[in-house]
Amino acid sequence: MSKQMTGAKMVVQALKDQGVEVVFGYPGGAVLPIYDELFLQNDIRHILVRHEQGAVHMAEGYARSTGKPGVALVTSGPGATNAVTGLTDALMDSIPIVVLTGQVPTFMIGTDGFQEADTVGITRPCTKMNWLVKDTAKLAETIHQAFHVATHGRPGPVLIDIPKDVQFANAEYTPAEKAKVSHYQPRTEGDPDQIARLVEMMESAERPILYTGGGVINSGARASQLLRELAEETGFPVTSTLMGLGCYPASGKNWLGMLGMHGLYEANLAMHGCDLMINIGARFDDRITGRVKDFSPRSKKAHIDIDPSSINKVIRVDVPIVGDVTKVLEEVLRQWRARGSRTDKAGLAKWWKQIDEWRAVKCLAYKNSATTIKPQYALERLEALTKGMDRYITTEVGQHQMWAAQFLGFEDPNRWMTSGGLGTMGYGLPASIGVQIAHPEALVINVAGEASWLMNMQEMGTAMQFRAPVKQFILNNERLGMVRQWQELLHGERYSSSWSESLPDFVKLAEAFGCKGIKCDDPKDLDDAIMEMIRYDGPVIFDCLVEKHENCFPMIPSGKPHNEMLLSADAEAFRSGAVLV
Amino acid sequence: MSALNIKKGSTSHSAYDLRSALSEVEESHTLAVIVENEPGVLARVIGLFSGRGYNIDSLTVAEVDHTGHRSRITIVTRGTPAVIDQIEAQLSRMVPVYAVHDLTMDGPSVQRELALVKVRGKGDHRIEALRLAEIFRANVVDSTLESFVFEMTGTPEKIDAFAELMRPLGLVEIARTGVAALSRGV
Ligand SMILES: Cc1ncc(C[n+]2csc(CCOP(=O)(O)OP(=O)(O)O)c2C)c(N)n1
Ligand SMILES: [Mg+2]
Repeated sequence: MSKQMTGAKMVVQALKDQGVEVVFGYPGGAVLPIYDELFLQNDIRHILVRHEQGAVHMAEGYARSTGKPGVALVTSGPGATNAVTGLTDALMDSIPIVVLTGQVPTFMIGTDGFQEADTVGITRPCTKMNWLVKDTAKLAETIHQAFHVATHGRPGPVLIDIPKDVQFANAEYTPAEKAKVSHYQPRTEGDPDQIARLVEMMESAERPILYTGGGVINSGARASQLLRELAEETGFPVTSTLMGLGCYPASGKNWLGMLGMHGLYEANLAMHGCDLMINIGARFDDRITGRVKDFSPRSKKAHIDIDPSSINKVIRVDVPIVGDVTKVLEEVLRQWRARGSRTDKAGLAKWWKQIDEWRAVKCLAYKNSATTIKPQYALERLEALTKGMDRYITTEVGQHQMWAAQFLGFEDPNRWMTSGGLGTMGYGLPASIGVQIAHPEALVINVAGEASWLMNMQEMGTAMQFRAPVKQFILNNERLGMVRQWQELLHGERYSSSWSESLPDFVKLAEAFGCKGIKCDDPKDLDDAIMEMIRYDGPVIFDCLVEKHENCFPMIPSGKPHNEMLLSADAEAFRSGAVLV
Repeated sequence: MSALNIKKGSTSHSAYDLRSALSEVEESHTLAVIVENEPGVLARVIGLFSGRGYNIDSLTVAEVDHTGHRSRITIVTRGTPAVIDQIEAQLSRMVPVYAVHDLTMDGPSVQRELALVKVRGKGDHRIEALRLAEIFRANVVDSTLESFVFEMTGTPEKIDAFAELMRPLGLVEIARTGVAALSRGV
């Protein structure tokens, strides 16, 4: 039975068939027919944002916290160009989102029509795939394909550009099961022979490390479960990139903490000194490797990744395994158990002893103050007071982001949303709203820097309108803190434009939006203020005035190897006194 | 998109065939990329090369399967073995790419390019140009009293050589198609 309908109706029908419950969007001339259809139904909720960048980050937050694709809908021209940062962010962090853009009618394309932009041209390098649909008969099928592409293989953003006349015209609807998607079927099973090589190496490794990343989280909850089993059965230490936090629990006994530029001393030195590195769903990003030439010079390396182009891109590995983390880890564990494998117990014991010595440096040590709130202290208190709660954290970009990664603990995947690859200031606030829309009852906190937060602060209006009780925990150092830190350490203390001048009064700003504002500048008041934020039933802007000149350590300056790490004064003092092997 | 059952990862590129990829010497490779013939696909492929800083020495593209709606893009590129591996992996993972063949790695191949060469001259130069064209098996496809347009096919090197010889004899203009290539045998 053929079903004729307009292109606009097809869009809504296809979204429903794909199980979409929420669309983040902003209307305009070129998408009005679709907005008309949204108006006429109740299955899909539309969240009206305040800026299209916000819509895309919300879709990302929704996707990262649920594992389902997020959807954004924007108009042609400026609507589409405003979506570009979010698309690039999602591409870098492999987040499945589907962005629908309106376009001028097909007969006007190429005439510099009002609000015309070459959207597929502009977004080609920042999407996994994009389509301009010129024929209504192909619209539904393209949308189904788009969802397939966004969520299969290495996930990523896709975009469908829909001219207005295509939205008005009638054609037959193609249901999801009839859409042809068979040509894009990336391989998910790892090569059993390579896996066998890895298992053998694991049996003889003396200084192994599991280096995990966002791929574990993208692969689904089962991947994190399997990783935990693997760590438990082998006793191997586990570290993770910024993107992978939560795939192994922070309370787990094999946990070394995050690695990388601002990663923990013990994690980075273990990476440097290991003899077997097992990369699971990470991509040897430059924030991880430091100077490539000196990266973990004495180790054999295995790399599990669903994207073959990630393998041998930056670091050449000995055991390449192309596949989905879940399927590969299942096979690793199956072979490990079937062979009755054993680890090198004596070697491992020595390795852990070495790691414990590195841990004793206490690289996160900082000098607390009775009068000024240290940002690290603020996060320690936030962690203590929200532990065990149904909690999701998003962040902006800067020092606060790195401190959040260091001082907050994540027990489960999908609980931590941060802009890793692109480092997008302005990500956290809209992302927190996307997370809250997906998890209405949860405690959602955006750990923010004041400068980043201002970049998309208009979205507080969205939070108010849709009753998303997001907590904006702003570590306000009145500085572009991370920029200031680099200028202090690497640019001769010339603080070129790294002040946050003329900041708004955040409490008054909260009042202006109609939500709650809290200001705290005294460590003694901090616990009460945080509890007040948590208990308040609605959005909160928390202005936490912190030490202005705190630096974030450890730090590996870019281009340096792992063993040339800068430590805080306290940790440095300890290290120089300690005997290191 | 047409229904096809080609599995990604089963193309000629494989992360497992690691030839001495540590070499720093640049090599020239001819890649045949079979893609969905849709608007924007060529732009996506070329954008990959410019965006990631890879070289394109030659590029040809045409639909080769009208019913299956597929085009063949032949790219001659240069890079160290690691870069060539990366190019192939990046191409293979693109959604509208069905297959990537490295003709340089897959064994012997036939490479041909077509060129149109316009030469102006009188007297001895004109006679000499005609004589050389014969040696190179170039055909005259247009002539006036003081000019020829030669058509020739051959490897890029042969065309380079011919063009070099024509230069002192009055070479005016040259149009080249870029390389089309197939592996030898079946
Ligand atoms: C959109 C964007 N512009 C510029 C930068 C460069 N940048 C990185 S961190 C930073 C400062 C962030 O300041 P703030 O949000 O106050 O965080 P803090 O470092 O002070 O904690 C800047 C400007 C960026 N990451 N993103
Ligand atoms: Mg700041």
